[in-house]
Amino acid sequence: MKDFQLMKQGAEARLYSGTYLGKPTVVKERFVKKYRHKHLDDVLTKERIKAETRAVVRCKAVGINTPVLYLVDFDRRMIFMEQFVHSITLKDFIESNETDVLCNLALIIGKIIGKMHEGNVVHGDLTSSNILLVNLHNRDIFSNIEDLKIVLIDFGLAHTDCSAEDKGVDLYVLERALISTHAVADKIFPKIMEGYVKHYKNGSKEVVCKYEEVRARGRKRTMVG
Amino acid sequence: MVIAIGFEGSANKLGVGIVKDSVVLANPRITYITPPGEGFMPKETAQHHRQHVLSVLKKALSEAKIQTKDIDVVCYTKGPGMGAPLATVAIVARTVAQLWNKPILGVNHCIGHIEMGRLITGAKNPTVLYVSGGNTQIIAYARKRYRIFGETIDIAVGNCLDRFARVLKISNDPSPGYNIEQLAKKGEKYVPLPYCVKGMDVSFSGILSYMEDRTDNLLKEGYTPEDLCFSLQETIFAMLVETTERALAHCNSSEVLIVGGVGCNLRLQEMMSVMCEERGAKLFATDERFCIDNGVMIAHAGAEMFRSGTIMKWEDSTVTQRYRTDEVETTWRDD
Ligand SMILES: Nc1ncnc2c1ncn2[C@@H]1O[C@H](COP(=O)(O)OP(=O)(O)O)[C@@H](O)[C@H]1O
Ligand SMILES: [Mg+2]
Repeated sequence: MKDFQLMKQGAEARLYSGTYLGKPTVVKERFVKKYRHKHLDDVLTKERIKAETRAVVRCKAVGINTPVLYLVDFDRRMIFMEQFVHSITLKDFIESNETDVLCNLALIIGKIIGKMHEGNVVHGDLTSSNILLVNLHNRDIFSNIEDLKIVLIDFGLAHTDCSAEDKGVDLYVLERALISTHAVADKIFPKIMEGYVKHYKNGSKEVVCKYEEVRARGRKRTMVG
Repeated sequence: MVIAIGFEGSANKLGVGIVKDSVVLANPRITYITPPGEGFMPKETAQHHRQHVLSVLKKALSEAKIQTKDIDVVCYTKGPGMGAPLATVAIVARTVAQLWNKPILGVNHCIGHIEMGRLITGAKNPTVLYVSGGNTQIIAYARKRYRIFGETIDIAVGNCLDRFARVLKISNDPSPGYNIEQLAKKGEKYVPLPYCVKGMDVSFSGILSYMEDRTDNLLKEGYTPEDLCFSLQETIFAMLVETTERALAHCNSSEVLIVGGVGCNLRLQEMMSVMCEERGAKLFATDERFCIDNGVMIAHAGAEMFRSGTIMKWEDSTVTQRYRTDEVETTWRDD
């Protein structure tokens, strides 16, 4: 771990960047969370590392861009993975681009999520922080969608072999994360759904039904106290 | 200068509070307490509020040492909450507003908690964990609204605690959650329980039904009620801290504010503060006077609305059981 530099503290892990076997590498360390009971912390950490590993492998198999995993170390609670050096989060991209660019991008993102669900993976934490846009020519330029590839990351809450309801929740989580974060969400999200339905032909109908159910439940919930 | 009076009675607490330019003048409250094993029902709760509202109002006025003519605005909880208790208290607010010839403002209960928390703690732009008997939300301010980043997808955390208290027949006095907290301090053995987070959302119904089904057996296996309270708290609070941390990371925020009745649980506060330390953030929390439903939170949020020019027509001074935090435009915040 020497020569690795702390890059970021994410939603549950610390991310370090450095070189491993000659390649730019991110180490994702799910450090001990002292706030929670030791037993719970151990169980969750192991589960999350397993989930992330399994989902990344499955995603690769169905043709979705995710970081290549180099090493999984349960004892040190670490995953070593490919670093996308020339990348920005979808969150930052949304805040610095025009709506029509974003709508085009949203169609593609919808297609990717459709493909992932078709491959029976739910991400579990779809937000604009967990989608990266990577420049294909190793440059820090993100102005042209044609030069970007979309990469999904952070699969700690992912599940493989999931139901239509799980997939519906996945979409609902994404919708809510976008709406609460981005002013343009009401323009983008329908495009994501459009791309999703278009790609995921035999399956999306049931998922969209479930998504609407979950959504309606949210609206109807009474809140006392 | 704004003097506001606020009436709160959306659940089993009845409170009347008075603020003068963000200074609390009076905040008396009374709680409808049911026998062990029983929850509070709308009809009886409304009856309780009807019976006590005038004496609580008198107490507030005399503690605040003001004349009714000094009041600028009468505020009440418009929702969310239980229909009958909400309506009971709203009628009183409307009546006194007419009698005293003052404008009236209906306040969103959740916004009341948030603004009260900001006032008391001085938190500027926190990510808010709002946890109570009926609500579990993770909220952050953006673009003139309190946006809901995460919430429970089924029952509220306080509801889960209250109903577990009923399984163990724990007293509801002063509150089931308080008594669970005290028992949990003596718990030692940790029972692994279902843990359910989905992104920034949480779910408690699975863990509650697990407890309802398994408590008898667990007690037979040698776990004590204290162990069960301890394990339940450790599990559900870990879920809340984890999802709050997700929102914190996603919003790049460095302040956390805990509000709502469950927010006065010291174990929850402790866990949250450890999480905050691990990422250089700061925790803000209040004690039971302000965490638990009270009149001042409604008065203060109403005063903020009043100051920013919000007006409510008489015919709009109704109540609503469903009233989401993000429905309200925060006219009083311009950051
Ligand atoms: N492989 C990677 N290449 C480049 N940046 C990354 C990579 N993985 C993560 N990041 C950055 O680190 C942040 C946190 O990583 P993430 O896997 O989402 O961890 P967490 O679960 O803690 O949120 C991401 O939002 C992204 O900005
Ligand atoms: Mg992340």
